Amino acid sequence: MKNLYLIAYLDLKESIRAKWFIVYSFVFGGLIALFFIAGVTESQVMGFSGLSRLLLMYIQITIVILPIFILITTVRSISGDRDSHVLEYMLSFPISLKQYYWGKVLGRFITVYIPVLFAMIIAIAYGSFKGANIPWGIFFLYTGLLFSMSSAFLGIAFFISSFVKSSEIALGIAFFIWIFLLSFIDIALISLMMQERVNEGLVIFIALINPMEIFRVAAISLFDPELTVMGPVAFYILDLMSQGVFVFISIIYPLMLGLLFAFLGYKIFEKKDLV
Amino acid sequence: MIKCSNLTKKFGSNISLNNVTCEFHKNESIALMGANGAGKTTLIRSILGYYHPDSGSVKINGFDPVKNRVEVLQNISFVPQLPPPIKLNLDELMQYISIGAKIDKQLIMHYANEMKLDITSNLHKSFFTLSGGMKQKMLIAISLAKKSDIIIYDEPTANLDPKARDDFYKLLNENEDEKVLLFVTHRLEEVKDLVNRQIYMDLGKVVSDEKF
Repeated sequence: MKNLYLIAYLDLKESIRAKWFIVYSFVFGGLIALFFIAGVTESQVMGFSGLSRLLLMYIQITIVILPIFILITTVRSISGDRDSHVLEYMLSFPISLKQYYWGKVLGRFITVYIPVLFAMIIAIAYGSFKGANIPWGIFFLYTGLLFSMSSAFLGIAFFISSFVKSSEIALGIAFFIWIFLLSFIDIALISLMMQERVNEGLVIFIALINPMEIFRVAAISLFDPELTVMGPVAFYILDLMSQGVFVFISIIYPLMLGLLFAFLGYKIFEKKDLV
Repeated sequence: MIKCSNLTKKFGSNISLNNVTCEFHKNESIALMGANGAGKTTLIRSILGYYHPDSGSVKINGFDPVKNRVEVLQNISFVPQLPPPIKLNLDELMQYISIGAKIDKQLIMHYANEMKLDITSNLHKSFFTLSGGMKQKMLIAISLAKKSDIIIYDEPTANLDPKARDDFYKLLNENEDEKVLLFVTHRLEEVKDLVNRQIYMDLGKVVSDEKF
């Protein structure tokens, strides 16, 4: 375990110094700052106001940019080290592959999650300073949803990183996955429904196995428990389960998905030639 | 110490190691030679457990380097031909090595000093920002501090100036007892005073193996 924590710690330190991390932190911190400047906390749109409105906007933007940030920064973690022969040297020491791989996963998870969480904490601190009501329930549930979506995409990124030999190909695959999942939030689903060739239940199922979509629906459901903004889709979801169960699944499912992909990535890493 | 039996490694249709059988024993210093693509690096990487052989086996003190990598790598020091662009600073790199491989940091500092590398003033510089020669000296210092039974050097002096090469060979002379020293080299004249065995590889096979 000592080696695992050491690798996580060193990966964290290395990432924090990297330019991508500065940009990454700046984007999420900047978003929150932009919302303050734009006066989102003072506005009232669709019935949501104050900090709740700010958090909702933050989450909506996060759905799009967090997955791609995690994918492009993490997908090169192992494949990039393999490309540059760093892996060849670092693995010439008596460190088990399990410790190396999971240490990297842990270090990278902390790196990608902290700026996102920190941006939310800034929002809460600012709201508290302004004397706004703090929606603690929403804050904790969003924190959980972000944790779980970060895990899902981190797991997918490590999975890609474990079998791809070149970091350019890894980046290409990461972009493809992001665009594919993003298109299945709306555009592809709408076209499937319009063609009327597939059952609506199947379309909803496809939507809900997409970690980006389940995150979005769960985030909306915190403000709109009846999911009225989603139209008839809400009938399918709320017919199947209660809102509480749905939110629980929205946290557990992406987390499990991430762990599964990370585990599959580890198995490939272990079975394949290392360099 | 090292036993390769009928070792074959293919990459697609390319046979990189073709049924190689060889053994390396204690107190042997071997110059491993051959043209580019002869299979030298593949052989070294197989010994380090990076490759899964297509057939045959590698045993290091009876251990399989793929299945028992921790046990095997405790006894191997390795210096690659080109220092990799490690982003850790020297302090962090030494931390990784001292905790991961249980090497005394002071010993790394000692050998770095012997190689005329001032670690103290470069402690917080990223490894990849050092000059080629400094990086190579650092890797050599780590390899010696590890006190391994098997030392593998892939063209270790490529980035070193003549003075640094002399320092390196002097240190090796002092530390080669009871070890297997494996040099991948294209310049036999440089290591001829150190080696007592010369292996020549071509097209994935050992074509000559002389002891002297």
